[in-house]
Amino acid sequence: MKKLINKPDDVVTEALQGLAAAHADLVRVQFNPNVIVRADAPVQGKVGLVSGGGSGHEPMHGGFVGLGMLDAACPGEVFTSPTPDQMLDATKAVNGGAGVLHIVKNYTGDVMNFEMAADLAGGENIEVEAVVIDDDVAVQDSLYTAGRRGVGTTVLAEKICGAAAEEGRSLAEVAELCRKVNANGRSMGMALTSCIVPAAGKPTFELGDDEMEIGIGIHGEPGRERVKLAPAGEIVERLTAPIVEDLPFEQGDQVLAFVNGMGGTPLIELYLVYNDLNRFLGERGITITRNLVGPYITSLEMAGCSITLLRLDDELTRLWDAPVKTAGLRWAT
Amino acid sequence: MVDVAETEKASGRMSLGHDDVLRWIRAFAAEVEANKEQLTQLDSAIGDGDHGINMQRGMSAVLVKVDATGEESDIGALLKTVGMTLVSTVGGAGGPLYGTLFMQMGMAVSGKEELSSDDWAAALEAAVTGVQARGKAEPGDKTMIDALIPGRDALKAALAEGATFEDALRQSADAADQGMRDTVPLVARKGRASYLGERSAGHQDPGATSSHLLLEAAAETWGRPGQAR
Repeated sequence: MKKLINKPDDVVTEALQGLAAAHADLVRVQFNPNVIVRADAPVQGKVGLVSGGGSGHEPMHGGFVGLGMLDAACPGEVFTSPTPDQMLDATKAVNGGAGVLHIVKNYTGDVMNFEMAADLAGGENIEVEAVVIDDDVAVQDSLYTAGRRGVGTTVLAEKICGAAAEEGRSLAEVAELCRKVNANGRSMGMALTSCIVPAAGKPTFELGDDEMEIGIGIHGEPGRERVKLAPAGEIVERLTAPIVEDLPFEQGDQVLAFVNGMGGTPLIELYLVYNDLNRFLGERGITITRNLVGPYITSLEMAGCSITLLRLDDELTRLWDAPVKTAGLRWAT
Repeated sequence: MVDVAETEKASGRMSLGHDDVLRWIRAFAAEVEANKEQLTQLDSAIGDGDHGINMQRGMSAVLVKVDATGEESDIGALLKTVGMTLVSTVGGAGGPLYGTLFMQMGMAVSGKEELSSDDWAAALEAAVTGVQARGKAEPGDKTMIDALIPGRDALKAALAEGATFEDALRQSADAADQGMRDTVPLVARKGRASYLGERSAGHQDPGATSSHLLLEAAAETWGRPGQAR
C-alpha cells in the first residue's frame, strides 16, 4: 500500500484536523463523535441540512458544508457509515428551530444509522425529515435487493436543497424538493482500477490490466458487468444509455450533466468524457444547460468516472445557480 | 423455579452472574479478534470488506468501557452498555444491528443480577426479534439472522426437552454453525451483498459468521467446548 498517511487508524482524524485548519472560516470540526459543522451554525429560522456517510469520498460530504449547501456532515470510518451519536450531535448543532433534513444515501448501514438518529432527535423534540437518495441505475431496483445505491445525485441534491433552505423554505418544502431532485436524477459509474481502504491495506477487489467494471459502486461494490477495456466513447455510451432509458430522458429535455472522477482519474480524461457525453446527448436532442466536471464523490484512489444526469426545470436551475461557499463547491458569492 | 435452579446446580451449573456474562462478552471480543481477517475476507467477497475491522474496533471499545464501569451487578445495564457502545463505535450496518441485539438483550433482563437458563433464552429471543425489526430481514436473506434464528430455536427446544444448560448452549451454537454454513448457497437479498444478485451465492455470509461466534462464545464460556472441526 502506497499512501500519504501516517498510521492507517489515524487517517480520518488527521484529515479532519487538516480540513478544520484549512477552512476555519467555513467550518468547525468536532471530534468524538466526529461532526463537521458550518461555522455559523445554527442559522436561526433556517432548515438545517445534515448528511453523512463513510469517509473516502471527499470532498463529499465534509467539503460541502457551508453557505448554500450542508449545515453539517458526519464522516464515518473509511467506507463505513457514521454512527447515530454523530448524526444526533450534528442534528442538534444545526437546529435553528425550523427542523432538520437528513439527506441519506441508500446503503443499508447509512439508512439504519440515520433511522436510529432520527428516533433519538425526536426524543429531544427536534423535527427531522429524512430523504433517501437512490439514483444508481446499475442496481436492479427490486424487492430482492437493498435497492438502488445513492451516488452522484446526492451532490446535486445537497447543493439545490441548500439553496432552498437559504431562501427560508420550510422543512416539508425542502424535503419535497429533495425528493424531486432524486426523482429526476440518474447515475452510473465505472472503474478502471480498484482502491485500497487504509485499514485493510490491500485492494478492495481485483481488476485485470485489460478489464473495467461497469456499474461500480462508490465502495468498490461490483456493478453490472466486468468487460474488456474500451475507448472512452464506448464507455460513455455504456454508462449513459441505461441512464437515459431509465428515467427516461427525452428529446427536448434540459439537463445538468455531472461527470465525476472516482479519485484517481485526471481532469483531462474527465473533460474528454464530457466531450463524448455532450455529443451522445446532443445526438438524442437532450441539451446540457448546466454541468459539473471533477472529482466530487470519490472512492479513494480508484480510477474511473461516473455520469449523473439531472433533468432541470426553471426552479432547479435557479437553485443550482444560487450562491454556494464550501470547501468543495464555491461560486457567485 | 427453585427446582430448575437446583437441577442446574446438580449438573454443575449455577445461574449466570454479572461476571459470567462479562466473561462471555470478553470471549466474544476474543473470537472477533481471532477471526477478524476471516470476517473481513468474507465481507470483501460479497460486501465492502470492513466487517472484521468494524467489529474488532467495536468490541475493543466495549472492553475499555466495561473495564471502566467497575463494580456493577445489573446484567441488564451491562448488556445495554455493550449495545450502546457498539452503536456508537462500529458504524456500517453491523453497528445498529449488533447494538440493537445487545440493547434488546439488556432490556429483556433489566435489573437482574442473576440469569437462569430461561432468562438467557428470553434474552436471546428479544435479541433476535430486535435484529429482525431493525434490519427487516427474513430467514434465507443471507444475513445474521440465518445463524441467530437456528441458534435461538435449538436453545429453546433443548431446554424444553429438559437438556442441561451446557447441552442446550452447545446445541444452540451448533445450530448457529449449521445456519451459518447454510448461507453459502443463498442469494443475498439484504445489504450490500444484494447488489451482487446471483453472484452472492457460493459465499458464506459474514454477518451470520460473526453471529455464530457470539453463540459459540456462550457455549464455550458457560458450557463445554465444541468438537474440533
